[in-house]
Amino acid sequence: MSAMLSVRDVRKTYQGGGDALKGVSLEIAEGEILALLGPNGAGKTTLISIICGLSTMTGGSVTVGGHDVIRDFRAARRLIGLVPQEIALEPFERVQNTVRLSRGLFGLPAKDGKIEEILRRLSLWDKRDEPIRSLSGGMKRRVLIAKALAHEPRVLFLDEPTAGVDVELRKDMWDIVRDLQAQGVTIILTTHYIEEAEAIADRIGVINKGEILLVEKTAALMKQMGRKRLILELTDPVDTIPDALSHWSLEHGDAPNELVFTYDGHAERTGINRLFADLKTAGLGLRDLTTRQSSLEEIFVGLVHKEGAA
Amino acid sequence: MNWHAIRAIYLFEMARTFRTIWQSIVSPVLSTSLYFVVFGTAIGSRIDEVEGVSYGAFIVPGLIMLSAITQSISNGSFGIYFPKFVGTIYEVLSAPVNFIEIVIGYVGAAATKALMIGVIILITANFFVDIRIEHPLAMIAFLLLTCLSFALFGFIIGIWAKNFEQLQLVPLLIVTPLVFLGGSFYSISMLPPAWQTVTLFNPVVYLVSGFRWSFFGVADVALGWSLLAILAFTCLCLTAIWWIFRTGWRIKT
Ligand SMILES: Nc1ncnc2c1ncn2[C@@H]1O[C@H](COP(=O)(O)OP(=O)(O)OP(=O)(O)O)[C@@H](O)[C@H]1O
Ligand SMILES: [Mg+2]
Repeated sequence: MSAMLSVRDVRKTYQGGGDALKGVSLEIAEGEILALLGPNGAGKTTLISIICGLSTMTGGSVTVGGHDVIRDFRAARRLIGLVPQEIALEPFERVQNTVRLSRGLFGLPAKDGKIEEILRRLSLWDKRDEPIRSLSGGMKRRVLIAKALAHEPRVLFLDEPTAGVDVELRKDMWDIVRDLQAQGVTIILTTHYIEEAEAIADRIGVINKGEILLVEKTAALMKQMGRKRLILELTDPVDTIPDALSHWSLEHGDAPNELVFTYDGHAERTGINRLFADLKTAGLGLRDLTTRQSSLEEIFVGLVHKEGAA
Repeated sequence: MNWHAIRAIYLFEMARTFRTIWQSIVSPVLSTSLYFVVFGTAIGSRIDEVEGVSYGAFIVPGLIMLSAITQSISNGSFGIYFPKFVGTIYEVLSAPVNFIEIVIGYVGAAATKALMIGVIILITANFFVDIRIEHPLAMIAFLLLTCLSFALFGFIIGIWAKNFEQLQLVPLLIVTPLVFLGGSFYSISMLPPAWQTVTLFNPVVYLVSGFRWSFFGVADVALGWSLLAILAFTCLCLTAIWWIFRTGWRIKT
């Protein structure tokens, strides 16, 4: 199956700035929701800007629906909708008119039926003739979404859609995202919040300092997250793990008298009872025990730090 | 060609104009009337005729050109500077449109507004003096070409400008002097010979001269040169804009 969005070795060096992207590659299938997770300045917005034509790339290539975003920009862009990170709207313009402009820019007639449908779906229909400056921040964000959806895109980019948005709008937003996915729309969203990525995305990509550190199915990440570590603090240091314990695949801990046992916290039988019995057989005495659960947050922070240290 | 996009940009920009329609009309009507009071009546009473035309009528083409040029530049520059300033330019840059379509939409709207104001001035002037137009088609063509080429020039300024001060700078420092020294209010044959030569380096002279010819059939420079000057200026602006969009200068990061 060919990818809906394919990013190959994209690099970006800003004028006078450092490398914002250092060879990013990514493939996203049709109808998939990918969450790009990364700290401030990771390069999320830069990547989206390059795909959408707001920023020039220093190297690499991008195709959307098989169309190169530069050589075949018309066909590629027709498929793309973009909700930018910053609210950018003309203050004196009226809601309906700006949405009509968006639709027109993509070469579609201002069929009012379609625009009405979109405005109703975003609870903006009552506000259609209001000037944008009279709307609240959350409402403005809805207008941005309406504009992005005005040409019925097949690929939607949401750059930090929930920044400064209340619980209700956030819930609405996820409903819309799920609706769109049901219609086969591919969605790429960026966020700083792990729970958000977890709740909505099929796959999660972690980006830091212009590099993709990992792209993993959310379920697989969750499974890793379900893993627990049992840290066994022994009475005496152990240099080599006794044969009697070899089948437990224990690891050395941070201290010389520590062994670490990793297991699935959700499993019916964790095997801890048998492990304790084997420890006794091997003649090892226990001083203390701790368990730790690795959360997605931890995986994320771990990845980012490892990168920082390297 | 993405005609829907051109139409959408054009209508959106025109809507901006019509939101402030009274400002757009009242100020040129007022300033034209003032020019007539000062130049036409006060000074005109001491100058009988220039090249066989009453002074009051003689300055009409120059006045229209003055407004058409300044309006085209300010509309053209503001039209693209404002989306850049508020950030809505992202939408145009990410749409399936090429630079020609963007330019037709924005520059077309800017030129339309300038053209409207030119016509309003012509009508206002009609209340003060009798105006005869010998070559109406040429008159319209000259006005149209002038509005288009200076709206293009304004578009470039709008992309170049990084703040509102810069947006005003070029019109104020370069264009206004050129227009005032371009024979709007006098015939260059009234100048000493040395200044006449200097004036020939001012492109506005060719526009005003050609435009005045369309009214009265008399010109400072040959008509062919006027046409050539305006076409050359248009081509220069188009080339600059083509380069801007090819390199993303000041519009893409
Ligand atoms: N126009 C620009 N000129 C120079 N450097 C830039 C520009 N835009 C972004 N950068 C730099 O590129 C890097 C990536 O920025 P980017 O906006 O893509 O990050 P981000 O992941 O979207 O961050 P955030 O989560 O804060 O939105 C940063 O170091 C930033 O300072
Ligand atoms: Mg960002």
